[in-house]
Amino acid sequence: MKIVFEILTKIFPSRNKKSGEEVVAVNDFSFTIPDGKLIGLLGPSGCGKSTTLYMISGLQKPTGGKIFFGDDDVTELTTEKRGVGLVFQNYALYPHMTVKQNILFPLQNLRGADKLPKKEMLERAHYVAKLVQIDELMERKPSELSGGQQQRVAIARALVKMPRVLLLDEPLSNLDARLRLQTREEIRRIQRETGITTIFVTHDQEEAMSISDMIVVMKLGVVQQIGKPQDVYDDPTNLFVAKFLGTPPVNVFNGTVKDGKLYIGEDAVLDVKGVSDQDVYVGIRPEGFIVDENGPFHCNLRSVEVMGRDVSVVSDNPAMQSAVIRSIVDADNKIDATAQTISYTLKPHKVFVFNKETEERIYFEV
Amino acid sequence: MVDSKQQWKAWLYLAPAIILLLIFTVWPIINTVRMAFINGFDFSYIAENTKDEKIISIGIRNFADVIRNPFFTNALKNTLILCVLTVPLSTFLALLIAVCLNSIKPLQKLLQTIFFLPYVTNSIAIGMVFAAMFNIVGNVVGNDIHGPLINNPGIINYVLEFLGFDRINWMNNGSSYWANIWVMVIYIVWNALPFKILILLGGLQSVNKQYYDAAKVDSTPKWRVFTKITVPLLSPMLAYVIITGFIGGFKEYSSIVGVFGDILMGPPHDPGRLNTVVGMIYDYIEKRNFGIASAGALILFVIILIVTFINLWVSKKKVHY
Repeated sequence: MKIVFEILTKIFPSRNKKSGEEVVAVNDFSFTIPDGKLIGLLGPSGCGKSTTLYMISGLQKPTGGKIFFGDDDVTELTTEKRGVGLVFQNYALYPHMTVKQNILFPLQNLRGADKLPKKEMLERAHYVAKLVQIDELMERKPSELSGGQQQRVAIARALVKMPRVLLLDEPLSNLDARLRLQTREEIRRIQRETGITTIFVTHDQEEAMSISDMIVVMKLGVVQQIGKPQDVYDDPTNLFVAKFLGTPPVNVFNGTVKDGKLYIGEDAVLDVKGVSDQDVYVGIRPEGFIVDENGPFHCNLRSVEVMGRDVSVVSDNPAMQSAVIRSIVDADNKIDATAQTISYTLKPHKVFVFNKETEERIYFEV
Repeated sequence: MVDSKQQWKAWLYLAPAIILLLIFTVWPIINTVRMAFINGFDFSYIAENTKDEKIISIGIRNFADVIRNPFFTNALKNTLILCVLTVPLSTFLALLIAVCLNSIKPLQKLLQTIFFLPYVTNSIAIGMVFAAMFNIVGNVVGNDIHGPLINNPGIINYVLEFLGFDRINWMNNGSSYWANIWVMVIYIVWNALPFKILILLGGLQSVNKQYYDAAKVDSTPKWRVFTKITVPLLSPMLAYVIITGFIGGFKEYSSIVGVFGDILMGPPHDPGRLNTVVGMIYDYIEKRNFGIASAGALILFVIILIVTFINLWVSKKKVHY
């Protein structure tokens, strides 16, 4: 089931009637989610990603625009009629029911032609329970389960009615780091096995990048960029996206373009053909640095952190915007940790130049 | 934990409360038990024991007297009937009203206040208004000595007539027992609603909204949301109002006084017909039969204890904490 958004907008009226300030949670959102894919809605808190999810589920009504499931306009349909599965951030498992009763609940709600015989309900419940690997826990109450197990039950409950779309709201935020890694693989596997179009919301860029087929990066209700995780990482459209993706984060500097050359401080670090003279922000990915004695970019060396496979070099430069410059270089580089300075050559495709006012990307020929 | 050397401080701070409790709660309870087991206790032996003629005899004669008294069995019957009718009815209505109140936004606060008004109104005053609504205006003790009984069909009968029903003699001379009981049931239920609505509404408002969102996503019919989600999640509060309702029901007394007056406790032609167990205990005290009154109080205590145990036993199976 592909999902189409047409200039979707959600405005929350102001609580304070006097000031009349409205909150635009989602602004002019147009996008098509291809069938059977896993989509990550990504952004800092308050960026409208959960609102978007709730508008797909029908729990919130858009102020403007339309939502289509396939060719059906579902904008005016109530939640009950949309046939979506939703996994809540806190799972919202009914505490008074066993796991089995929780999973059976959506099936028992079916009325009329959709009504299933008892036997088939049980079969389907057991099928999804097996799928999420909780078939051993069917008689337990949610309070007797760990966070990860509750999470699986919530997914099973959302899947059992074979929804047209599966929605997950911050599905991993309540799990510890280790369980989070494991569960995100599980979500990937379950999505692959069922082939249900799945949309999940997260503020964790690593989580979104690692399992999504596509990510949608949002900021203050406005979509910043949509694409495959690697493409968005390699080719951010603006400074916000560049900063938001990647650990360690991108290093940002104040720079100047003059005569087709990019200057950071006094150093002409790169040729940027086709860019007019102006002040710019420069973003350099940590892996974009090559340690080179004769390199054009000079920094003060602070420390060297050995991580085995790689070496993380911490340095600083007067033009930097972030607290330190962190670069990841191959461990084969022998770096003298006692030296005062370090010099780099930059990999051109890891360097992004942004307009100082709009923070939009300025492309240059490599 | 408090350091054992400091424990005396804890006891010191608790002392005012403990001393008052010992004097005004614990000792009276012990004394009630003592009086109940002294045959025919009426304090007279204290006055007369200097002559040492009266020998205190310990036994269960007081209990036998209570149980053999037909007025007591009648009072127990009244109490049980009122309990069994009013507790489920008031709980069900309170649940309905609380759910409705919780689902509306405009006027919610105003209606909440209106529903809570009976709670802050004097129950005797409410009883007099109810008596007027059903039949009687003015002095209930309407015999020739106190002046004529003011007979009035009452607003309820006017409404019944308007709807095409016959008038009912609710509580006047010659009224039937069940007519009297229904007057009491309506009064007690109405009087009990505010507290129950308050508790249940509080419970409803603390239920996580996500359960309802989840139910919506799963296309749950409204009735099923109510029976499968709302009621189970409210079950601790429901258990609370049912248990306290039964306890209050067994202590029913002032409501009868409010409606029928403390002298009649029933319709004019059959005084005392609606008396309750607590009313009987007061009657015995008035007649200085303290031993029998204590025995009655203990019997009531045991009944309430048993009913509460049954309630707790049921709620253990049905309540989801």
